Amino acid sequence: MAPILDINNLYKNYGATEILKDINISIDPGDFLVLVGPSGCGKSTLLNCIAGLEEITGGTLFIGGNDMTHVSPKDRDIAMVFQSYALYPTMSVAKNITFGMKVRGVDQATQDAKLKDVASLLQIEPLLNRRPSQLSGGQRQRVAMGRALVRDPKLFLFDEPLSNLDAKLRVEMRTEIKKLHQTLDASIVYVTHDQIEAMTLATKIVVLKGGIVQQIGTPAEIYNNPANLFVADFMGSPAMNLIPAQASNNGSGTQISIARESGETLVLNDARDLSLPQDVILGLRPEDIAEAGFRAGAGVQEAACMVDMVEPAGADTYVVSELGGKQVTARLHAETSAQAGQLLNLAFDMSKVSYFAKETGERLN
Amino acid sequence: MTDLSMPQTQTRTQSATGKIALRWLLYVLLGLFALYYLMPLFVMLTTSLKSLEEIRTGSLISLPREVSFDAWKTAWSGACTGIQCEGLRPYFWNSVLIAVPAVFLSTLLGALNGYVVAQWRFKGANIIFSLMLFGCFIPFQVVLLPMARLLGIMGIAGTIPGLIFVHVIYGLGFTTLFFRNYYVTIPSELTKAARVDGAGFMRIFWSIFLPLSLPIIVVTVIWQFTQIWNDFLFGVSFSQAGTQPVTVALNNIVNSTTGVKEYNVDMAAAIIAGLPTLLVYVVAGKYFIRGLTAGSVKG
Repeated sequence: MAPILDINNLYKNYGATEILKDINISIDPGDFLVLVGPSGCGKSTLLNCIAGLEEITGGTLFIGGNDMTHVSPKDRDIAMVFQSYALYPTMSVAKNITFGMKVRGVDQATQDAKLKDVASLLQIEPLLNRRPSQLSGGQRQRVAMGRALVRDPKLFLFDEPLSNLDAKLRVEMRTEIKKLHQTLDASIVYVTHDQIEAMTLATKIVVLKGGIVQQIGTPAEIYNNPANLFVADFMGSPAMNLIPAQASNNGSGTQISIARESGETLVLNDARDLSLPQDVILGLRPEDIAEAGFRAGAGVQEAACMVDMVEPAGADTYVVSELGGKQVTARLHAETSAQAGQLLNLAFDMSKVSYFAKETGERLN
Repeated sequence: MTDLSMPQTQTRTQSATGKIALRWLLYVLLGLFALYYLMPLFVMLTTSLKSLEEIRTGSLISLPREVSFDAWKTAWSGACTGIQCEGLRPYFWNSVLIAVPAVFLSTLLGALNGYVVAQWRFKGANIIFSLMLFGCFIPFQVVLLPMARLLGIMGIAGTIPGLIFVHVIYGLGFTTLFFRNYYVTIPSELTKAARVDGAGFMRIFWSIFLPLSLPIIVVTVIWQFTQIWNDFLFGVSFSQAGTQPVTVALNNIVNSTTGVKEYNVDMAAAIIAGLPTLLVYVVAGKYFIRGLTAGSVKG
């Protein structure tokens, strides 16, 4: 299957400033690609480059197998949804949706038919004669999507489409976008700074930082095997625990020692033979630390830890303990009897541990 | 509790009376200023309705004993501007012929310029905009000679198209500034969306930006119309007999009479010359204020 979008060695400079460096991304038809990263990482610039709204400085860009590197936006067979919706303020909803077709000279009958289809798909029929200023945020969002859908393009581009909505509506629209992707089997590139949005929507995630791709992978890959400390810290909430530790080979596996301010050094054994350097950063997600007895498996090791804080969050209770000079969060079941200031036996699932080099932050296992 | 609440109520009533007094003071002051500013208009109006005889004998601010529109008739179609005695009428039409196209063209070009500078950022856009802004501050007198030379080369010296040209050029700085500041508040995503939809430079301007621009168009039209209609310097410098605007004719009527000064005719002529700008303010004035503040409120 030929990739629907193929970006090779893309560079983008503004004057002497490099915004994007050597980007290589390829997605298949039907993929939902999410570009995620902190603000200023270049994700929106990359989307604008894909759309053709920004000229790229170097590299090539193919959409649907055609070289689109220097083609103008209107000829790229794309549709875009913007953060501010960018609805044309003086036009009715119907005119907003059909404007593109009108510009391209599509005949009236086809315009009407397509408008009807899209309006019923998005359930915006009663709004067609209103102006954008008379719509609520969620309705505007829907119209903006309608304007993109009506084009039936090879590639949809979404630029932080949900960030202007309130929390509840955001979750609703997120589900709706996911549903649309499934029904239409569309190819989508979606930009967000919200890692939860990235995890829930994507079939493929690109994590960007400082204009450089940090990792490309499925949500599960990104979550379970982060390529470096940045990805480990950025994806997931609460964030992955990143604990400085000493590693040594004990013959059959790896022995990990973690210094503790209070009490003796915590020693854990990883059955995997990893040949790690001495100084490592150990990465373990909060859900991989449980209360003793609630987690079983080959890699599970129990140890008593001093509880510094207990944070009930309804479905779960988070327990914070100091390990290796870091506040380490464990995700326990809601009915835990853990109390601050007391020792608690915690179960560490060592088979889930990621190791990172202390100097470079790169993944070691 | 009770002895505590007493002084509180007292201060409240005191401040309420104070408020009312302040309000009245404000109204009285405003009224006085309004009277002061309307006084000249009152004198002009009453004088224009009096006969010469009455002007000579009566007081300046008395109402006319006998209302007569003869002075208005003379001012419009009979007063002498030098050797011709056709009144203001032909010159009034000259002004219309100059002002209407000049306002239209300078507004349209200003809108286009503002749209380019605000929404199509290109290298040097800011420098070009600054230079245009600088154009607003060049005194009229400085450009008189070069402009006369240019008009001569173009072969439109002393003609109405020549005057239109001068006013359009001179207005561009301001009109560009108005539209640029208005369009800068419109999110650039709108242009991006339209580009993805396939619309080109002019299509985006006509279909999306111009329909949005009514408030700023009104502001620009009022500003430009007032400037161009009231202009005297360019009118007197770049016109010749037959193409003079109404302001120049008014000057000639007032200054070229011999013998008895016909104050009533002068006053009527001055009011006629000022009426169109007055009319524009009355009709579009509320949009003027609204338009000037629109950019700051809109997100």
